[in-house]
Amino acid sequence: MATTDVALREASGRSGQKHVVNDLSIQVATVNGSGSQSSNTVLLRSIFQMGIPVSGKNLFPSNIAGLPTWYTIRANKDGYIARKKEIDFLVAMNPETAQEDVKSLAAGAVVVYDEPLNLRALRDDLIFYAVPYDKLVAPVCPEAKLRKLVRNMIYVGVVAKLLGIEMAEVEKAIRKQFAKKVKAANLNLAAVEAGFHHATATLPKQDPYFVERSDQTAGKIIIDGNSAAALGSMFAGVTVVTWYPITPSSSLVETLIDYMKEYRIGPDGKASFAIVQAEDELAAIGMVLGAGWAGARAMTATAGPGISLMSEFAGLSYYAEVPGVVWDIQRVGPSTGLPTRTSQGDILSTAFLSHGDTKHILLIPSSVEECFTMATDAFNLAEHFQTLVFVMSDLDLGMNNWMSDPFRYPDTPIKRGKVLSKKDLDRLGGFARYKDVDGDGIGYRTLPGTDHPAAAYFARGSGHNENSQYSERPDDFERNMERLNRKFETARSFVPRPEIIENGKSNQVGIIAYGTSHWAILEARDQLRKEYNLEADYLRLKAFPFTRDVHEFIERHERIYVVEQNRDAQMLSLLKLDVRADLVTRLRSIAHIHGLPLDARSVTDELTSMEGK
Amino acid sequence: MATTPTSTPMPKTNRIGLTVLDYRGGKTTLCAGCGHNAISERIIDAFYEMGVKPERVIKPSGIGCSSKSPAYFMSRSHSFNAVHGRMPSVATGAILANHKLLALGVSGDGDTASIGIGQFVHLMRRNLPLIYVIEDNGVYGLTKGQFSATADLGSKLKSGVSNDLPPIDTCALAIELGATFVGRSFSGDKKQLLAMLKAAIAHRGTVMLDVVSPCVTFNDHEGSTKSYKYMKDHEEPLQDINLIPAFEEIDVEYDPGTTVDVTMHDGSHLRLRKLEEDYDPTNKINAVRRLLEAHERNEVLTGVFYLNSQAPTFIDMLNITDESLATLPDSVVRPGREVLDEVMEQLR
Repeated sequence: MATTDVALREASGRSGQKHVVNDLSIQVATVNGSGSQSSNTVLLRSIFQMGIPVSGKNLFPSNIAGLPTWYTIRANKDGYIARKKEIDFLVAMNPETAQEDVKSLAAGAVVVYDEPLNLRALRDDLIFYAVPYDKLVAPVCPEAKLRKLVRNMIYVGVVAKLLGIEMAEVEKAIRKQFAKKVKAANLNLAAVEAGFHHATATLPKQDPYFVERSDQTAGKIIIDGNSAAALGSMFAGVTVVTWYPITPSSSLVETLIDYMKEYRIGPDGKASFAIVQAEDELAAIGMVLGAGWAGARAMTATAGPGISLMSEFAGLSYYAEVPGVVWDIQRVGPSTGLPTRTSQGDILSTAFLSHGDTKHILLIPSSVEECFTMATDAFNLAEHFQTLVFVMSDLDLGMNNWMSDPFRYPDTPIKRGKVLSKKDLDRLGGFARYKDVDGDGIGYRTLPGTDHPAAAYFARGSGHNENSQYSERPDDFERNMERLNRKFETARSFVPRPEIIENGKSNQVGIIAYGTSHWAILEARDQLRKEYNLEADYLRLKAFPFTRDVHEFIERHERIYVVEQNRDAQMLSLLKLDVRADLVTRLRSIAHIHGLPLDARSVTDELTSMEGK
Repeated sequence: MATTPTSTPMPKTNRIGLTVLDYRGGKTTLCAGCGHNAISERIIDAFYEMGVKPERVIKPSGIGCSSKSPAYFMSRSHSFNAVHGRMPSVATGAILANHKLLALGVSGDGDTASIGIGQFVHLMRRNLPLIYVIEDNGVYGLTKGQFSATADLGSKLKSGVSNDLPPIDTCALAIELGATFVGRSFSGDKKQLLAMLKAAIAHRGTVMLDVVSPCVTFNDHEGSTKSYKYMKDHEEPLQDINLIPAFEEIDVEYDPGTTVDVTMHDGSHLRLRKLEEDYDPTNKINAVRRLLEAHERNEVLTGVFYLNSQAPTFIDMLNITDESLATLPDSVVRPGREVLDEVMEQLR
């Protein structure tokens, strides 16, 4: 697979004259199950520790061992951490893909390859470095069966030497990676050193790429979005977690289990939580609803196929008004699709998940920090609005490592919404579950077990009146549905507001994007300015329903490019349903569906072409 | 009309001072004579006689005639009429959230044995503290009388159509999978059903009661094996069942030769006077064998088939704190600032 879809750069002749510092992308092509993940993490961390903004993206197959996998690391002094379309530095470890990997490179790129593959013969416009891995690994790893794993550490040493990554930082990263296994750390370090020495002795520097110490990552952390979501959920006070394993969401709950075992067991040794692996997604969401109805902060995590299965219960949540949180770590659909590739393809179906007039609150994190904070937002909104809240993450955010400022402790109190206690009922005498007392569409509820004869109500997915009694009366049904709509309208002023970046210079072009597309947009805006003198304002959506800011942004701009990672312009479709009819024609779609994280160049190219530039 | 003034007698109350009226529900909308109504009556009696506070009880249900019935008993208990075949997951979530609740899940044979069989199977494995009642009439009532998966081989619909597929025996399945109290009864057998429901209330763990409950509209005719008449002719009770609640004094001795006495989780005593020699309700393998034999003999075996009052429940296995998870204070569910600092340090 060529992960660079287009070779973009002009052949600028043999490099070597140029000196490119802290601005490159490295792609490591390996076979999955070969232990390369550790090597790549060590490389990523070493660069990070040297203070250079960095991002790592794993492009992996739906397989346990033996299929091609690519890992891209981008180091960038300007802080761009979106995937870079061009590969500057290829580490070709996989004989299966090596030829195609090399052929798809742009002229001037660098290839570090396994000597016997003789890739040098393929092209004369690239810079090649040959490494005899098998010869180098034997002396440092006498145990033959470990060689397959240790072998990959050798390229870390080679790359470190060629780019100028400090060995002290590499060692530190290795010690962190193999924290509790000193023997493994030493073995891996020896392999790195073998690579480093080989490069020092036999590979004179021919390429222009350098990594130099900077101070741009001081105090920052590295974490993946799923772990951030897990942490956020723990601090949001989650008590019931039910799930069914599915890529790319499984690690969210698995990490959460680790954190909860560590930090949520009381002094008496008992758990302040229940985590249950359910028999399927239907049961997982059913348990969330049961727990939410009974008053727990309940959540599940899944991906597209799970969302489809949860559809019926999502409607029950909407109509019986039961809180809960669902993390959708989006992957490529339809159907099984590309289970290990990223997408924003569940937006439209999730917004209206289930039959009848149903709609849901969506939160859309762009960063690991937002995975953390939106966990709390999601529970607060779910309990305030007594409905499911879907957090629309994606594989790129969830499973890849991201740099971030440390997360801030949530200092706002946990908000449990309109719940009547025994004391309230003593005072009120009774209550009508689905009555709009406050004019915001949100009724008051009681929790099962509330010790008052008037506490009980009958939750149901069938037609009901204000008192939660079964009703097929047209006026009861209509009134209830109108109230539910009012509740959804209320949500507009409670969901997170978008991030808006405007320069005030031009109101011609605006970009609307969301989720992980954000990082490509930030970079694309700079490309547009520098290369095309085009100022594009930018609104990053964080939630559905849309807040007033979204309408105003569209009103302010002549042409709005809605950038998203799906085929059918799903967010644009939602916007069309929401904005004034005369504004609809302002919306244009830039859509990407290849399953790789969005890159800035693709956005810039497409936007400028649509602008006639 | 009485002409002399008399003082109104004090209504009878149970041990927590409630009258049987406090356990009533709404007026039933099921057909007159529906077995489900008789089951609702027995549920009311059982919770009243056991002195269970209705506010402590939840009534999750699925979809179908059976699943509507929680509206017709115990209005002071919270109900959740969920989606078809998914009562088990909703009940599980609710019990996880608050394990102090006493859950009475109501389902039907269609709701359980067809669309809900997956959730049923996994619920049974977990020994979640829950009373699972199947109101079993062998047909889909609300959709007007199609066969369900508990319909017996060769039984006939009103139209004369014969059932060609073998039935799922939910009791045999429940025993095999891990339920810790499994029995079958008949909506028309007031005494037995009441005693079994009371024993169910005293048990901690998954109770699975399959209650044959004739559908007077779609499955009470000649050729049906779930009709009143068929049950009168074919019911074979295993035991005479008597439940002596923990709060009542035991004043009757029993003969260990003819009666099994089981001390329940709450201290109640379940007395099973054997009608069959050597039936041991703690023996799983024999219980399943006896059920299979009953099918061969065209008997509808009723009684307590299997009982294990010692097994850990799902709540025990999960090691959940004694308080209800639903109402834990913020200080317990949100770790302190120092925890976040520690985690952030690890991520640097």
